[in-house]
Amino acid sequence: MDVILTSEDKVIIEKLGSRLTQYEKVKTNLIPILQMIQEELKYLPPEVIKMVAKYLEIPGSEVYGVATFYNQFKFNPPGKNPIKVCLGTACHVKAGDIILENFERKLGISEGQTTEDREFSIERVACVGCCALAPVAIMGDTVHGHMAPSKVEGLILRVQVEHEKAERERQKIESDRQQNN
Amino acid sequence: MKKQKEKGKRLNPIDNKIIDEKFGAIFAEAQRRKKERQNNSIPKIHIGLSTCGIAAGAMETKTAFEETLSQLGIEAQIHCVGCIGHCYAEPWVIIENPESGFPPIFYPQVTAGKAKMLTKLYLEEGDPRLEHILGAMEENDMIPSVWEFSRFSREKRIVMDLCGKIDPDDINEYIAEDGYSSWAKALKSPPDEVLKQVLGSGLRGRGGAGFPTGKKWQLALKQTHLEKIVICNADEGDPGAYMDRTILESNPHQVLEGLALCAYAIGAHKALFYVRAEYPLAVKTIQNAISQAMESGIIGKDILGSGFDLEMDVFQGSGAFVCGEETALILSMEGSRGMPYHRPPYPAERGFQGLSTVINNVKTLAAVPPILKNGASWYRQTGTQKSPGTAIFSVVGNVTHPGLVEIPMGVTLRTLIFDICGGIPDKKKFKAAQIGGPSGGCLPEEFLDTPIDFDSLIEAGAMMGSGGMVVLDEDTCMVDVAKYFLDFTQKESCGKCTFCRIGTWHLLSILQRLTIGEGQEGDIEKLEQLSHDIKNGSLCGLGKTAPNPVLTSLKYFREEYEAHIKEGRCPAASCRALSAFYIDLDKCARGCDACVGCCPVDAVFTTSSRKKGIDQQLCVKCGECKVHCPPDYNAIFRISPAHLAPIIERPKEENQ
Repeated sequence: MDVILTSEDKVIIEKLGSRLTQYEKVKTNLIPILQMIQEELKYLPPEVIKMVAKYLEIPGSEVYGVATFYNQFKFNPPGKNPIKVCLGTACHVKAGDIILENFERKLGISEGQTTEDREFSIERVACVGCCALAPVAIMGDTVHGHMAPSKVEGLILRVQVEHEKAERERQKIESDRQQNN
Repeated sequence: MKKQKEKGKRLNPIDNKIIDEKFGAIFAEAQRRKKERQNNSIPKIHIGLSTCGIAAGAMETKTAFEETLSQLGIEAQIHCVGCIGHCYAEPWVIIENPESGFPPIFYPQVTAGKAKMLTKLYLEEGDPRLEHILGAMEENDMIPSVWEFSRFSREKRIVMDLCGKIDPDDINEYIAEDGYSSWAKALKSPPDEVLKQVLGSGLRGRGGAGFPTGKKWQLALKQTHLEKIVICNADEGDPGAYMDRTILESNPHQVLEGLALCAYAIGAHKALFYVRAEYPLAVKTIQNAISQAMESGIIGKDILGSGFDLEMDVFQGSGAFVCGEETALILSMEGSRGMPYHRPPYPAERGFQGLSTVINNVKTLAAVPPILKNGASWYRQTGTQKSPGTAIFSVVGNVTHPGLVEIPMGVTLRTLIFDICGGIPDKKKFKAAQIGGPSGGCLPEEFLDTPIDFDSLIEAGAMMGSGGMVVLDEDTCMVDVAKYFLDFTQKESCGKCTFCRIGTWHLLSILQRLTIGEGQEGDIEKLEQLSHDIKNGSLCGLGKTAPNPVLTSLKYFREEYEAHIKEGRCPAASCRALSAFYIDLDKCARGCDACVGCCPVDAVFTTSSRKKGIDQQLCVKCGECKVHCPPDYNAIFRISPAHLAPIIERPKEENQ
């Protein structure tokens, strides 16, 4: 999938160049560098892979090979509301796959993808480590325990309602301002 | 300049005196702070704030307490502690209110609303609201104590003793509980002494395989010509096990002390924590612990005046299950793909960047300080002859009181699941216990009386693994469970060995066929053959144990596999392609709409008699309707194979 860099992404990538120099040019630093970049950019576009390869003086294929080996690194930009559905053992036993399926159906995308408006993305994760709350889904930074298919719709709806609310408020402020003028 | 003392040579008495003085001062300060806290008579609220607590809403609870306290003008101290292991009770708090005359009380499931209520009614008005308590934290004449509850009293805590009692971000709280006393004591005696105690205790590695820890250290000690490094392996990747994270988040200093002791025993001056980046709170907690220990002079240069140097750091693992394997872990630290290599040479002989490397699991290291404090023979009093000490299990799945349980080795599964964790909820029947995660196996009812230790579990076909235990009830399909684990190992296989890379893929595709009713004659034999080939043809533990879930479920639940293949029937009615939901019209109530509202795909329709039916074409078999059907009617059933479900026609005029 071709990823088109946003202008914000480009600004971050430019800044990354100078941060790279803080790392010694040894291969041991490859993973820490990739982690730093992912922290900033939230994903690793091809431009960044090339940049790191050039800096560490190793082939780009090697950087890519290492990055794809580990689950932590992502190659697609996440949505504004990244959804992670836990499919650890306990969540599986309590039907976590059904929760995943419900998210996929409601949003019309499958796991690993991002909605067109970059609003939501779905990802399956191995275990987030709160098995006693199974099944678990994480939206943004909030963990939602004891998920049920009927809760899925509510979660997505809540984000949309909040959006609309913010939009209405913005419009209200704008119209107030125009009236005052 | 290194002043490291040579093996066997005692430090001179002057050094010992300096150590005593320096550590004595640190200890006295920690004690003073503890006394100050204890003598303060304002109420104390202890809240568990580790990842699982936060996930359950402990942060909101904390904020609610803070807000209500300031609104009501009550002075109280909020004490943030780690995880106590009682996950079913999250978010929990313990309230000490000495003026009310009640002992400290444990409250489970304290939501923000409950927090407000407790602040007002208990802290302000002195009524502890007994209907909300789990029990008192100590024996008393007024209210029952938690120690009458087997989930508390049957545990034996050595490693997790302080988890949930101390603030993980404050080194003084650990020191005040006698923390780092083993470290100070060890520095006064030759490194041999540490090794002798660990060897004598019979401590076995808690990472899964159970290799004797002392022997591992001995091997490294022999590499006198090499520089050394010790690594704490906290790359907990097993889906369903989270005790390493809990220990690091709740009591990081005990692990740090264990790691320091290991470094001292083998003469290493560098120590590393390899922690999964997916555990951000654990990473933060351990980084903080290291810097506090550095500031106190407990690690760093010339520790406590002993002349011993030790540098510590954290490496964040990027999440690959195979990196729990020590050779893969080393490669990933060197910036490569984590693909295991052949041993020997063992990491102790040639490991990370050519250094002699000792890698130990979090739980192993956390057991070392208590061993040195109380002696090897004390440790041997717990557990069995061959597996001394305790085992920590994360018991999850279909069980009443899930969470982390630390029990002596040798306790039976029955005691663990039924006596301690409260058995299976909803009056369901026990079916199997899946032990050891993707490398382990499923043990059926006849193994409930098997003692839990390294060797008995391997004999039964499972393994200790990292200590994940998932309890399965009668509604779980064993073929599906095997498929789940294969799906995991197949994705996590590093791809080095052909049998593991391609064999697990084939195993998985056969299992997938079975669960959608496309099994063929001979599939069982194929599964068995492939499993044995994968076991024999793989280099590392991942491949060697990957077929275990298939093999054990085949061994103990063969009839379930046969039912899938021959009858297209899932005995647990759990495989979605092989089962269907239907509504019993005799039980369904006219006019009730509970199932209609909750169906995510609008598959429930109203029949001509104003009862409900399920459109099998639309149904996705999520089971929400069954959950929401009022217990008075209990009209929804699941049946396998799917064609047995009675057909209810959707009335044509429905939409008019």
